Amino acid sequence: MTKPLLSIRNLHIQGRQDAGWQPIINGVNLDLNKGEVLGLIGESGAGKSTLGLAAMGYCRDGTRISQGTVTFDGMELLSLPERRRRRLRGARIAYVAQSAAAYFNPAHTLMKQFTEAPVDIHHIESQADAERHGRELYAQLRLPNPAEIGFRYPHQVSGGQLQRAMTAMAMACKPDLIIFDEPTTALDVTTQIEVLAAIRDAVRDIGTAAIYITHDLAVVAQMADRIKVLLRGDEIEEQPTRDMLANPQEEYSKSLWAVRQFRSEPNPEPAADECPVLRVAGISAEYVRDQPVLRNVSFDIHKGRTIAVVGESGSGKSTAARVITGLLPASKGRIELNGNVLPERLAQRSKDQLRQMQMIYQMADTALNPKQTIREIIGRPIQFYLGLRGRERDEKVRDLLTSIEMEPDRFIDRLPGELSGGQKQRIGIARALAAEPQFIICDEVTSALDQLVAEDILRLLKRLQNERGLAYMFITHDLATVRAIADHVVVMQNGEVMEQGSRDQMFTPPHHPYTKLLLSSVAEMDPDWLDHTLEQRKKAQTDVDN
Amino acid sequence: MHPLARMILHRLALGLLTLFVISLVIFMAIELLPGDLAEEVLGQSATPETVAAFRRELGLDLPAWQRYLSWLGGMVQGDFGMSLANNRPIVDLLASRLGNTLFLAAYAAVISVPLALCLGLLAALYRGSWFDRLVNVVTLTSISFPEYFVAYILLLFLSVRTGIFPSIADFGNDAGFGTMIYRTFLPAITLVLVVTAHMMRMTRAAIINLLAQPYIEMARLKGASPARVILRHALPNALAPIINVVALNLAYLITGVVIVEVVFVYPGLGQLMVDSVAKRDIPLVQACCLIFAAIYILLNLSADVFAIATNPRLMHRK
Repeated sequence: MTKPLLSIRNLHIQGRQDAGWQPIINGVNLDLNKGEVLGLIGESGAGKSTLGLAAMGYCRDGTRISQGTVTFDGMELLSLPERRRRRLRGARIAYVAQSAAAYFNPAHTLMKQFTEAPVDIHHIESQADAERHGRELYAQLRLPNPAEIGFRYPHQVSGGQLQRAMTAMAMACKPDLIIFDEPTTALDVTTQIEVLAAIRDAVRDIGTAAIYITHDLAVVAQMADRIKVLLRGDEIEEQPTRDMLANPQEEYSKSLWAVRQFRSEPNPEPAADECPVLRVAGISAEYVRDQPVLRNVSFDIHKGRTIAVVGESGSGKSTAARVITGLLPASKGRIELNGNVLPERLAQRSKDQLRQMQMIYQMADTALNPKQTIREIIGRPIQFYLGLRGRERDEKVRDLLTSIEMEPDRFIDRLPGELSGGQKQRIGIARALAAEPQFIICDEVTSALDQLVAEDILRLLKRLQNERGLAYMFITHDLATVRAIADHVVVMQNGEVMEQGSRDQMFTPPHHPYTKLLLSSVAEMDPDWLDHTLEQRKKAQTDVDN
Repeated sequence: MHPLARMILHRLALGLLTLFVISLVIFMAIELLPGDLAEEVLGQSATPETVAAFRRELGLDLPAWQRYLSWLGGMVQGDFGMSLANNRPIVDLLASRLGNTLFLAAYAAVISVPLALCLGLLAALYRGSWFDRLVNVVTLTSISFPEYFVAYILLLFLSVRTGIFPSIADFGNDAGFGTMIYRTFLPAITLVLVVTAHMMRMTRAAIINLLAQPYIEMARLKGASPARVILRHALPNALAPIINVVALNLAYLITGVVIVEVVFVYPGLGQLMVDSVAKRDIPLVQACCLIFAAIYILLNLSADVFAIATNPRLMHRK
């Protein structure tokens, strides 16, 4: 049997916390052969990235490898001097990060950053050769205008393109191993499918081995030969991809697989003459004069129902929320609340109109004041909108905490920093409920959360809706969320409504072409999904051409 | 038009507007000074008739806005008026003094700016080491003492005790370049000690601030050495704050050196201004203030322009 390219034995990694060291990885083993792709899967905090970096012999500040070995091509990385390890990094082991926008240096062009490893650091190619190689890789990864795109700075290139440019950069020295750390998580589904296909082809072409880190099972199913499941630094199980998908052994793996099944009971259709809670009638809006970002958008939201506004980044779904809340006055059209036309601007709306409409945000981290306790965060809208003070106010805060399934005595005096991501999002929900609104805008409320946590949040929102008759407007790019919770779906692209209808209508053919593209881009758990989808698209394209 | 050129024009126009406002402030501040200029200059024994005649000669009998307009009008044409103390055109007095001040400032800047940048970069590279601490302690010590104290200590050891350098920096009218450098060495070094700490610490902090950025981690993962990480990846992104603090210190070197000039008897602009305040030579004081203001504005404007020119986000739009 040939020796594996990478072999990790009994690896323990610790992270500094307050005064002591907390375990991040507890004795993980890993083997990877030449040309093989291993999928690492787990929720945030499982230690996937830490393990990926350890495969390069690299530790972030504040972490340390306390035990174990990392052997790459016969060399034990952890006992090598740092200078020798640097010679391997970038040249033989390369890294592709999740957020390419943050991992590209804003001060240099893409090509300069591409050629840095082969030319300036590892001296294996001349500048001209490296640039030619770069243009070839850009073309191979299907970047638009590969001859010219290297002259651009990172901020001049879109997220999906940057992600591909980063993959090209990792391949610059033809490495033996590439660590892909959630390379498509930040992308829209329609972009993700292109990047996935480009990465997979490129990996096959240069025959490199890869560790593919993600929390998305459907994605890893397309990319990996084997899958390893991690939970809080412990290995749960490892199996070849097809076996793992068909027959996960451990409870935890099964629970990961089951998450995508959540479906809420649809709410009944409203009566034809029922006045909607909120009516958006022919709204157009613009940030720059004569460059509308919303064109003639209309939809109704009825009491006790959920409407999902779906689209890619830049489709105008968040702008629609800004217009509804009055942050951005519409240039045309009107917003009605319970049949009454709302003033366009936030400042002209009455306190009661403001109270009726609340928001829950994507990043609970930044939406909660880190210096305020939970009591203050939830108590403030109670005092402002309902005029309650002192004991009455506290009573109400406790009621709300109970209704979001958090024990009041345990949490009321904590700061947001002491809570988990899911708990913070619950506080965000309680803050919105504190005003006793009729209508809540949920802006990507689950997209920063792990799947299991996200599902709990969706269940909670659903229960609150049933209890209180709330109307929700869900802004999301995630079709799984739409399928789980929406009664009515609005599909947006380039500031226009492409199609709208009930959930059943939207998920059964015939589709509007754009809806069809969106739906078919959502990765499925079938390892052959990517091949099939690409094949179908190619066929459809040739049909159109003929 | 190139966006940078348009931006420079825009900033220049704003700078002129600021200068105009400052001229108003200076004029009004001087108006508020107690006492009558003519009586002060002529002394207690002057008869009311001579005082009135002198006031007429200076235009002091005119209303304030007329005097302001004629002063401003003269300034715009390069006519700063006449000095009251010795009846010479202010332009002539300023020209040589300004040259001296700029020479000393440039001398100090040529030493201190590269020194501060290098020390800052090295301190960032070896942060936490004994070198980092030593540089911090030494520069902080030198900035913590008042300038005149540093100046007198240097004088005591390098001039009085050992006689290596002269204690009086005035090099006369037709000294060669070598003599100028030699005679002004002590004041220049005093200034270097005063301004280096500020620039060095800002360089160090700006670089270290960036070391937690993801693209720095990326550079390390590409195998870049620590020196390369700092010079190629952190420094280009840290230029804006560094440029700003350098500009502030250059402005200080020109406008804030009164004490050093007095200690070393150096005929610079600062000393001229102090003298003219003492002699109640109001037109000269006004002119000095305005020149200082113009230098401040110009340096800050260049800092803005450089900071923008080094930022690709602003230079290369989408």
